[in-house]
Amino acid sequence: MYETLSQFAQTWGLLLFVGAFVLVLIYALSPANRDEFEKAKHIPLDEEDENGGAEQ
Amino acid sequence: MALNANQASTNPIDDVVLTSVFLAFGILLSLYVAANAADPQMEIHALMFAAAFAFGALFLARHVMEEPKAEPGGYAMGVVRAGVFASVFWGLAGFLVGVVIAAQLAFPNLLYFPDAAWTSFGRLRPLHTSAVIFAFGGNVLIATSFYVVQRTCRARLFGGIAPWFVFWGYNLFIVIAATGYLMGVTQSKEYAEPEWYADLWLTIVWVVYLLVFLGTVLKRKEPHIYVANWFYLSFIVTIAMLHIVNNLAVPVSWTGSKSYSLFSGVQDALTQWWYAHNAVGFFLTTGFLAIMYYFIPKRAERPVYSYRLSIVHFWSLIFIYIWAGPHHLHYTSLPEWAQTLGMTFSVMLWMPSWGGMINGLMTLSGAWDKLRTDPVLRMMVVSVAFYGMSTFEGPLMSVRAVNSLSHYTDWTIGHVHSGALGWVGYISFGALYCLVPWLWNRKQLYSNALVEWHFWISTIGIVLYITSMWVSGIMQGLMWRAYNEFGFLQYSFVETVEAMHPYYIIRMIGGSLFLVGAIIMAYNLYRTARGDIRANEQVPLAPVPAAAS
Repeated sequence: MYETLSQFAQTWGLLLFVGAFVLVLIYALSPANRDEFEKAKHIPLDEEDENGGAEQ
Repeated sequence: MALNANQASTNPIDDVVLTSVFLAFGILLSLYVAANAADPQMEIHALMFAAAFAFGALFLARHVMEEPKAEPGGYAMGVVRAGVFASVFWGLAGFLVGVVIAAQLAFPNLLYFPDAAWTSFGRLRPLHTSAVIFAFGGNVLIATSFYVVQRTCRARLFGGIAPWFVFWGYNLFIVIAATGYLMGVTQSKEYAEPEWYADLWLTIVWVVYLLVFLGTVLKRKEPHIYVANWFYLSFIVTIAMLHIVNNLAVPVSWTGSKSYSLFSGVQDALTQWWYAHNAVGFFLTTGFLAIMYYFIPKRAERPVYSYRLSIVHFWSLIFIYIWAGPHHLHYTSLPEWAQTLGMTFSVMLWMPSWGGMINGLMTLSGAWDKLRTDPVLRMMVVSVAFYGMSTFEGPLMSVRAVNSLSHYTDWTIGHVHSGALGWVGYISFGALYCLVPWLWNRKQLYSNALVEWHFWISTIGIVLYITSMWVSGIMQGLMWRAYNEFGFLQYSFVETVEAMHPYYIIRMIGGSLFLVGAIIMAYNLYRTARGDIRANEQVPLAPVPAAAS
């Protein structure tokens, strides 16, 4: 049990993590998402009322 | 994109009926346990639960009878206002207890009362840590998450009365935990001291919290989920997992306060530090990073420096943090490969941490002049600088060779407080200074000059605190490992304690200054909420609208 688990962690586990990180990088850096992220970064600033939650 | 009124209330009857049944059952169960309690502590706690459920019933009745107040934009902000109040209250309480126990360490003879067991350091210390982390930090996180998720999803909080249940339920957990410590109720797991029944209660509250947050995200009007919400969600989900696993225990009696953990020996130690380190990672880090990603752009009026970096920051941080816990168990019976794994992941953690710090700081690029004029923004930027400092120090201390000097010394305490006072404290204060004018609909804070006072007094306090603990800790570590020419230990333990005395006094002064700063903030926020503006501090720039009330 222990041998199997540690074997898995040291081989496939490593590949899984590196693979996941590569996927994150692709998602983050893909030019296809550029516009979405450009819009997304303005979400906090695009609120209808400038004064946070306050409306008169 | 204001929400209209009929979207604002979703089936008020259902959640009221459900809550009533829940409260009635809670009262009966609490009274039954109180009547059959196996120990006096449990009897007191069961009665407190019963009283809290009765209070909940009154609150519910008032909620049903009262006309729903029209909130600006259709958002649910009442619960956020309550959260701001609770944050400030618990902050003051937690900082005060911190100063008391610092004084107890500096003057152990003066502040030792053998007849009043509840005043002993062993009972007050978990009161301090839980009050600042879970009561102050937790209320800040719940309040800001409820605010940010609504604003960035453009949707009212999901779940009708459920957000109020989360607020009151969470604060009931705090009161049960705190009174338990004073009565000696503890399961002796650091940062997880509350006993099994308090843990079960928190589990219920936390699941409702998750549902409220997820429900709000699911009904969002904004197609993209803003990065701050990702950080909040990782905080909520991971804390649920950590809390449940680390608190798996069997009570001695269903009507008694004592329980025994399911784990023992090194497994217990590993589970505990997996929990505790990720409480730092997902409670004190990702939760407050969510605050950074919303409030710093908002205050600086600039979008976050790089949204792409924030995505890489998020995923790499949560993937790496979860493995770092074993660095708390260097040179123990934990297998050495597991210690090395914890150390390696801790060192790797440096990169996402600094990526996040750079992202927060560079958000100000082009607006650095605001640091001169806006003490609130300065507080948040100094907070991010402290984040960078303590996330550099942490990986350093996790290296086994460094840890052999630093572990069990005051260096650890200094490290924790540079993160807790500098990073968590300052980003929270910044968020509170932003939120109070927004939530109470005020144009500005009562006084920016008082924010300046708060900032400088607290900063001097933090510097005194962490530098004295560095010196004390390194001295302590060096004295412990010093040998004389015959190969014997050079110092007895009590000699190291004696040498620490001056540093303990400096630490106590530093902590007191931090408390003074927080009192100034509480006063400033109170006057702001009342709508006062300090003489000569009226901001003249914006024209005053005709209808001010």
